[in-house]
Amino acid sequence: MTTIRFENVWKEYDERVVLEQVNLSLADHEFLVIIGPSGVGKTTLLRMLLSQEQPTRGRILLDGEPIATEPTADRGVVFQRYSVFPHRTVLGNVMMGPQWAGAPLLGRFFGARRRALEERAMALLTRVGLGEHAHKYPAQLSGGMQQRLALAQALIMKPKVLLLDEPFGALDPGTRKSMHELVGELWEENRMTIVMVTHDLPEAFLLGTRVIAVDRRRNDPQAPERFGATIVSDFEAKCRSVRESRAFEAEREKVRLALLAGTSPAVGAPAVPAFETALVKD
Amino acid sequence: MRRIINYAPRPGVRLILALLPFVAVLAIYILASNARLAVEPADKLMPSFASFWTTMVRMATTIDRATSQYLLWWDTWLSLQRLFLGLGISALLGLVLGIIVGFVPYLRATFEPFFAAFSLIPPLAVLPILFILFGLGEASKIVLIVFGIAPFIIRDVMLRVSAIPAEQIIKAQTLGASTWQMIVGVVLPQVMPRLIDSVRLSLGAAWLFVIAAEAITSEGGLGYRIFLVRRYLAMDVILPYVIWITLLAFLMDYALRRLAVAAYPWDQIKAT
Repeated sequence: MTTIRFENVWKEYDERVVLEQVNLSLADHEFLVIIGPSGVGKTTLLRMLLSQEQPTRGRILLDGEPIATEPTADRGVVFQRYSVFPHRTVLGNVMMGPQWAGAPLLGRFFGARRRALEERAMALLTRVGLGEHAHKYPAQLSGGMQQRLALAQALIMKPKVLLLDEPFGALDPGTRKSMHELVGELWEENRMTIVMVTHDLPEAFLLGTRVIAVDRRRNDPQAPERFGATIVSDFEAKCRSVRESRAFEAEREKVRLALLAGTSPAVGAPAVPAFETALVKD
Repeated sequence: MRRIINYAPRPGVRLILALLPFVAVLAIYILASNARLAVEPADKLMPSFASFWTTMVRMATTIDRATSQYLLWWDTWLSLQRLFLGLGISALLGLVLGIIVGFVPYLRATFEPFFAAFSLIPPLAVLPILFILFGLGEASKIVLIVFGIAPFIIRDVMLRVSAIPAEQIIKAQTLGASTWQMIVGVVLPQVMPRLIDSVRLSLGAAWLFVIAAEAITSEGGLGYRIFLVRRYLAMDVILPYVIWITLLAFLMDYALRRLAVAAYPWDQIKAT
């Protein structure tokens, strides 16, 4: 269960108000998409959630607790560019997080521990479609593949929230489409919360379960810096009850087909296995 | 008729063209030397290649009475020792200080202006101070090299550290990395190829400081020898020594370049 709350958050740079009175509360397993014109503070909002920047006023709560004042492992991120490490292979990139967590001094695993992690990382890479590129360097990958890698790298840490800052902005339309599918599936499989910033409206409504628009509500032509942007519209793109009933129907259909085929489904199996099956089993 | 920049030589022609200036300089020297030797057989300014050869063979294969050493190898050994020590200490200082100061904002604010000012001090101007402080022995020569090139390497490494995209550092933090882990796992490996490059660029300066220090006070060394035999106008020693130093510098540069290619293959891949 992951919930996010923005409580009256303001962001000001000196005299310039960027964001004002941002109030938001996000339930578990939502795909929140933030849209709005460029330069209005969408990314600032995301950066505050990442603790890359601190709110001037107000606070941000993750599961009821104020978030740490620096980026931590509970919030994963994929940027538009530069979010993979050029000096490590694809496999090495995915293995970095767990190795840092488990080996404070060397940042490296050895022996059986390393092999177990390699196996886990390979499973994840295969899932995002990079299995055969595991030993290449990021510079040898296309833009779309680099973003897949960045996703895998963030997901192996099992963050509560995954933050995406225009992750598909630099990709061509075909690649973008396949990335949409991948992110949608990963969101379902891992049952996590995703917050994404984009300026592509179709993308926002395709992926998001909730879409918020950020813009200036008031504007003073003499002093444009006087008023900041805030959430001007909040749209539930995919109604939770509809989502859940659809998932339930799909599950019931699966069980019905299994019964028809004569194989009895495992008794006592989770009611909604598709949701409970974590992406990486450990 | 196309623009001149649109004409490019074929590979074979390119090789010939590259050799041309070397051959030309050599030919001019031989012609001028022959002309001078024809007038005055004992001419010292432009000796023939035969006398270069005999002098070098003598210096490389006979034991000098004053030092009881093979002079060429003895000089080379002394100079290279100073050079490697100086370069090694500078590279180490550059790496450690450059990364720590470049990566930690408080240290950066404290030391960056200081390093910038420090790097502007002309090293040769403080050479007397070094002689007073460290004596006339090896220490002052090595300190001179370090003084001359370490500030450059430190600043270069600091620039490279600040050129690492902020996204990477944020990403590393979201993967749970500590400051130490980021230095070792993200910053250090990305700085190393640049460090090798800046050591390559410093080779010329390092040789300059070695030779300058040896010229002033020493018991041996390539620069010492050149300045010693200058009194006798011994061009048959000076010119081969200059070529020998150039060759050593070239080999070191080449070795460092190969090292960078072998050790950091990812740095060679150009983004497509």
